[in-house]
Amino acid sequence: MENESIIEVKNLTKTFNKFTAVNDISFNVKKGEIFGLLGPNGAGKSTTLRMLSTLARPTKGTAKIGGYDIVEKDTEVRKLIGIVSEKMIMYNRLTARENLSFFGNLFNIPKNVLDKRIDELLELVKLTQWKNSQVGTFSTGMRQRMNVIRALLNMPQVLFLDEPTLGLDPQSSVEIRDFIKKLNQENGTTIIITTHMMVEADLLCDRIGIMDHAKIVALDTSTNLKRLISGSDTTILKLEIGNLSPVIIEAIRACKCTDAVSQENLTHLRIIAHGDEAFDSVIDAVRAKNGNINSMENLQPTLEDVFLHITGHEVRDNANEKMPMEMGHGRFGGSPQGRTR
Amino acid sequence: MGAKTLLSHSLRIAWKDLTELFRNRLGLVLLILMPLFMMVMVGFIYPSGGSTATNLPVALANEDAGFGNSTIASQTFIMGLQQINAGTSMLALSNASTANEIKNLVQKGDIQGGIVIPNNFTASVLNGEQGTLIIITDQSNPQVSATIQAALSAVFNQMGTMLAQQNVQTLSPAVNENNSLAIVKPYNIQTEGVVPGTPSYFDFIAPGIMAMTVMMSVMTGLPVAISQEKEIGTLDGMMVAPINRLSIILGKTLGQTARGLLQGVIILILSVGLFGVAINGSILLVFALLLLGVFSFVGLGIVITSFAKDQETAQMAMMTLMFPMMFLSGVFFPIQQMPWYMQGISKVLPLTYASQALRKVMVLGAGIPEITTELTVLIVFGVIMTAIAVPVFRRMMTR
Repeated sequence: MENESIIEVKNLTKTFNKFTAVNDISFNVKKGEIFGLLGPNGAGKSTTLRMLSTLARPTKGTAKIGGYDIVEKDTEVRKLIGIVSEKMIMYNRLTARENLSFFGNLFNIPKNVLDKRIDELLELVKLTQWKNSQVGTFSTGMRQRMNVIRALLNMPQVLFLDEPTLGLDPQSSVEIRDFIKKLNQENGTTIIITTHMMVEADLLCDRIGIMDHAKIVALDTSTNLKRLISGSDTTILKLEIGNLSPVIIEAIRACKCTDAVSQENLTHLRIIAHGDEAFDSVIDAVRAKNGNINSMENLQPTLEDVFLHITGHEVRDNANEKMPMEMGHGRFGGSPQGRTR
Repeated sequence: MGAKTLLSHSLRIAWKDLTELFRNRLGLVLLILMPLFMMVMVGFIYPSGGSTATNLPVALANEDAGFGNSTIASQTFIMGLQQINAGTSMLALSNASTANEIKNLVQKGDIQGGIVIPNNFTASVLNGEQGTLIIITDQSNPQVSATIQAALSAVFNQMGTMLAQQNVQTLSPAVNENNSLAIVKPYNIQTEGVVPGTPSYFDFIAPGIMAMTVMMSVMTGLPVAISQEKEIGTLDGMMVAPINRLSIILGKTLGQTARGLLQGVIILILSVGLFGVAINGSILLVFALLLLGVFSFVGLGIVITSFAKDQETAQMAMMTLMFPMMFLSGVFFPIQQMPWYMQGISKVLPLTYASQALRKVMVLGAGIPEITTELTVLIVFGVIMTAIAVPVFRRMMTR
C-alpha cells in the first residue's frame, strides 16, 4: 500500500485563450506523501492545483485521484479531497463554528459527527475559545488556521494547499507547517503543497516538483535535487566555537562522517562532511568536549542553487514579471483579502 | 444526488446568505431606507393628477369702469370668486390695479398668474352681452400656468352656472332650483371606479414599485452575490464540496428572493401605513405574483452572473439593464402615454406584466381569472430564461 499512487497525472494541459498556463505535465503522487510544487509566481502551480481539485477543467490530458477521473467522476474526487486555497475560504460575518458547520453540511456529514469534528478541529488549532466569534475579527494567523481546518472537515485523503504560509508572520508560518507535518504523520494524509519559498519546500516535502514556465522541469527528493549540483551528499559546515581547542578539533576529525577540517582563524572552523547525519554528528562531537557553538553556517547547496542550475534564471526573474500581483499578495497585502469587505 | 439533498444544500446556502445580511447593520438600514426613499420621492414629486394644487399666488385687477354708477357685475363676480375660493383655497388672491401691473408681478415672479376684469365688464353684462374675463398666465412655467388655467376655468364655470341659474329663475319664476340647473347644464357627469374610493398616484405606483424592487433585488443581488464570492474565493469552498452546482444558484436565488420579499413587505407596510394605499385584492395573490415576478427574472440574473467576471462588471451590467426597465415598464408612467415603438419595448419586459398584474390585484381587487394573460407571460418568460440560464451557468462553473 505504501507505494500505491493516489494521484496520477498524465499530460495535463491548461490553456486560457492563447496563454498556456500548464503545459503537458505528468507525475504521480504516492499515498501518504508530502508533494511540493515549487516555482515562481505564474509558473502554473496554482492552475495545476485548481485542475486537480476539480475547480478548473483541463484543456488536455487526464488526472486521477484515488482512481477517480477528475473530470468524469468529479463528485467522487471532491469527497476525497480538501483544499486550502491562497484566498481564505470563510465568511467574515459568520462565527468560526458557523463557518465550519456551513461547509461541513455541504459534505453531508451527519450533525452529531460534524459537531464533534468541529470541536476537535477547533481544539487542534487552539481556536476553541473563539468559536463563537465572527471570523472577521480574527488575526491573519487565526484566519489561516481556520482556513486549514475548514479543508479537513471531510477528513480528506488528499489535502491540497496553495501557498499556505503566504503573507503570514514567521511564527504563524511555523505553526502551519508543523500542523501540516503532524497531519501527514498522524493521519497519513497525502499532501500536495504549492510554494514559491525554497525553504518551505525543503522543510516540508518528501518530493519536490520544480515548475517553471508551465512545465515541471525537475522532480525528486530535496536531497537528490541538490545532488544534481554537487554530485554527492557533501555538506559544507562553517562553525564558530568560542572556546575552540585542539581537543575539540580532534573530536570532530574523529567523526565517521567528517572528510576534512580546517581552522580558518581563532574561532572559526570549516568542516567538510558527508551523509544526512553529518550535522548532528559534528554538533554532538563538539558538545561532548564542552565546546560552545556561537554560530553555525551550512554551506550545503540550496534548492535556490538547484533552481538556478536547472532553469538558468533565478526564482525572482519570473516573479518580477508579475510584480503587481506579488505586491498585492505577499508584501503589503498581509492576507489576500485582508479583513476588508 | 436526490432532489432532497439539492434542496437541503440550497437552504443551507440561503440561510448562510441571510445570516450575513442580518449581521450587516448598515446594509439592513439601507435595505429599509431604499424603498422608503423611493416611495417618498416618486410619490411626492410627480403630480397626483387631481386638483391638489392649493394657494397658487394669483392677483386680481379690477379695471371695470361700471355702467352708469353701477359696477354690479364685477362686484358679484368678485364676491362669488372669494366665496368659492374660501371653500377650496385653490388661490392665494391679492389685488393689483392694472393688467400691466399683473404682468410685471409675473415677470418678477411674485405671482404665478392673474385675473383681469376689463373696464367694459359691467356694461357688457347689463347690456345682455357676454362678460369677458382675462386670465394672465406665466408662460415660463407651462405646468403651473396650465394648473392655474384649469383652476380658474373651474371657478368661472361654477360661477357662470350659478349666474345662469339665477337668470333663468328671474326670467321664469315657475322654474325651481333643480330645474334651472337642468336647463343650464343638461348633462351631468358622474365618475365611478371599479372599487369605491378615489385612488391617488400612490395607488398607481405602489404596486409597480413593489414589483420592481423585488425583481430588481433578485436580478441585481444574484450576480453581485455570486461574483463577490468568486472574488473573495469563498465560491471555491462550495465548488469543492460534492454538491450539485444547481444548489449553489438555487440557494443564492432563495436568499436573494427572501431579501427582495422583505423589501416588498416594507414597501407594502409603508404604502398602507404612511401613504394610505388600500389593498383591494388578496394579499396572498400579491405575494404569489411577487414570487412569480422573481422567477421570471432569475434567469436573466443568472445569465449576467455567468458572463460577468467580477462584481464591478456585474453591477454595471445590471445598471444598464435596470434603468430602461424602470422607466419602460409602466411603473412610474403609464405605458399608454409612450410612442408606439417604446410601447413595443415595454411589451417584452416581464416587469411590465408583473406591475400590471399587481396593480390590477391591489387597486382593482382582481382575482386570478382577470390576470391570466400576465400570469402566462410571466411563466413563459421565466421558463425560457431559466432554460437558457442553467446550461450557461453550468458552463461558467467548470471553466
